[in-house]
Amino acid sequence: MNIFVFVKRVPDTESKIRINPTSTNIVFDGLNYILNPYDEYAVEEALRIKESQGGQVTVFSVGPDEAQAILKKCLAMGADEAVLIKDESEELYDGWRTARIIVAALQQHYPGFDLLLFGKQAVGDDNSQVPAMVAEMLGLPQVNVVTKLEIQGSQGVAYREIEGAHEKVVFSLPAVISAQKGLNEPRYETLRGIMAAKRRQIPVLTLEQLGLTEEEIKPKVAVVKVEAPPPRKAGQVIDEEITEAVKKLVAFLHEEAKVI
Amino acid sequence: MILVFGEIRDGQLKKASLEALSTARRVGETSGLKVGAVIVGSLTEETKESFQRCGADIIYCLSHPLLGSYSSSGYSNALAQLVTEENPEALLLAATAMGRDLAPRLAARLRVGLASDCVRLELKEGVFEAVRPIFAGKAFLTVQASSSPFLATLRPNVFPVVEKASSSLEVEERKVDLDEDMVKERVEEIVRGEQEELDITEAEIVISGGRGMKGAENFQLLRELSALLPQSAIGASRSAVDAGWIDHQHQVGQTGKTVSPTLYMAFGISGAIQHLAGMSSSKYIVAVNKDPEAPIFKVADFGVVGDLFEVIPHLKEELKKFKS
Repeated sequence: MNIFVFVKRVPDTESKIRINPTSTNIVFDGLNYILNPYDEYAVEEALRIKESQGGQVTVFSVGPDEAQAILKKCLAMGADEAVLIKDESEELYDGWRTARIIVAALQQHYPGFDLLLFGKQAVGDDNSQVPAMVAEMLGLPQVNVVTKLEIQGSQGVAYREIEGAHEKVVFSLPAVISAQKGLNEPRYETLRGIMAAKRRQIPVLTLEQLGLTEEEIKPKVAVVKVEAPPPRKAGQVIDEEITEAVKKLVAFLHEEAKVI
Repeated sequence: MILVFGEIRDGQLKKASLEALSTARRVGETSGLKVGAVIVGSLTEETKESFQRCGADIIYCLSHPLLGSYSSSGYSNALAQLVTEENPEALLLAATAMGRDLAPRLAARLRVGLASDCVRLELKEGVFEAVRPIFAGKAFLTVQASSSPFLATLRPNVFPVVEKASSSLEVEERKVDLDEDMVKERVEEIVRGEQEELDITEAEIVISGGRGMKGAENFQLLRELSALLPQSAIGASRSAVDAGWIDHQHQVGQTGKTVSPTLYMAFGISGAIQHLAGMSSSKYIVAVNKDPEAPIFKVADFGVVGDLFEVIPHLKEELKKFKS
């Protein structure tokens, strides 16, 4: 089983996001970066499939040189190989661009695979676009937001989360799967893994090597403005006897919120 | 024409699809654009009436024996055929589980961009402009399509359903051209939990518990409260989910769901930045917390400083009294 996992370097979920008034983007200086949380489930699932069925796990990231850090984390978790597809552009919030880059890399350099695993979305752009776009561009089946995955030979069954239920989806390999929290419990890196990953040289593919011109991968959705959310004003805070407080709360639910 | 995908679940048209249709009507009107609805499968009288009430001028029913159950590749192929035939200016889908799965595949097929999970949509001088949250709502992008048709998914519970019937309504059946290798995955079964639960993204009221709930068994208190409040669902903070007290489907925040209900009630939730991001677009926020300094009070419209284990029983009593 040859499994490819696609991971992204994203700002820590604890980050405060500031707006850059002179651009159409956020302020990137001073942000702390992590491996996208949903991608961790994808890496873990790949490792589990490899451990039970044999095979190889290769992790890819589209991003700047700094993304090597998250690739090394994946190697330390147990991935066999890692590849950086170097894209120095700032975050553009466009799934099409990333999907095109991934597809070009796969078609030109890594054509043989059984499973492409992604996180269900990157925290940050919150697009949930790349897995489905890659699946369509390569003509593969897709199952997104997966909480349980079973692979038997060339057949797969995945349970994907929908409103208040799960869909049981059947498909054939090769296929694209995106992971949701709940799929598994990602392992920690071992100290030995971390030491070994440190010494690894990660191969780098550039957009020029892929023959992609900026025109071809120009975002299809243009950002014209970025804003902070409208501020919320704190309302009344009642710190008094509970019976009284609850009476006032019920009055609020009736008169203001009008939900009862 | 602005085309809207009508999502049918269990034979019922999703409310979020009517929100999208109402939005299409609103933005289309100013530019004299017609509004079309498209469904996969056969049209029930009820769905037809809903579409008409919200202003559809035409309904397209796409049919093929291979489209009996949902398939990402099958449905996107079918919709792409209609888009190619009808050349709409825009195609809107609800950002539901199905819409979020289908739209990016369709975008890639049509070689256009996609604005995901939008919370505002306007048509300004012939250009579609949408606002969408990033970082779960810590910032908002205004985006314009640089490709046509404009493709967007609209977040459920944000856009109002506006009843404004169209003067006439056409219904057109369209046969889809498909063969078996174009339908690459297939929903074999829909698996439900024991209790039929409303999803937090679709609920009018979300009642959430955090670390202050102290244990899985205490979420029963929230369920009892939920039984007294119509259209309510149970939410949770990440710490409650990570402690194993409740399933991840209920998690609100940056690694969970972003919700915009009319009322969000936070019990024993301090208000970490990741959580606030996921619920700050709620219309009203009520917080109950023992700690008067909890950050959740900074965003709450109504806060009660107190022990949730005292507040909830009282609240239940008062709600029962109020009902009778």
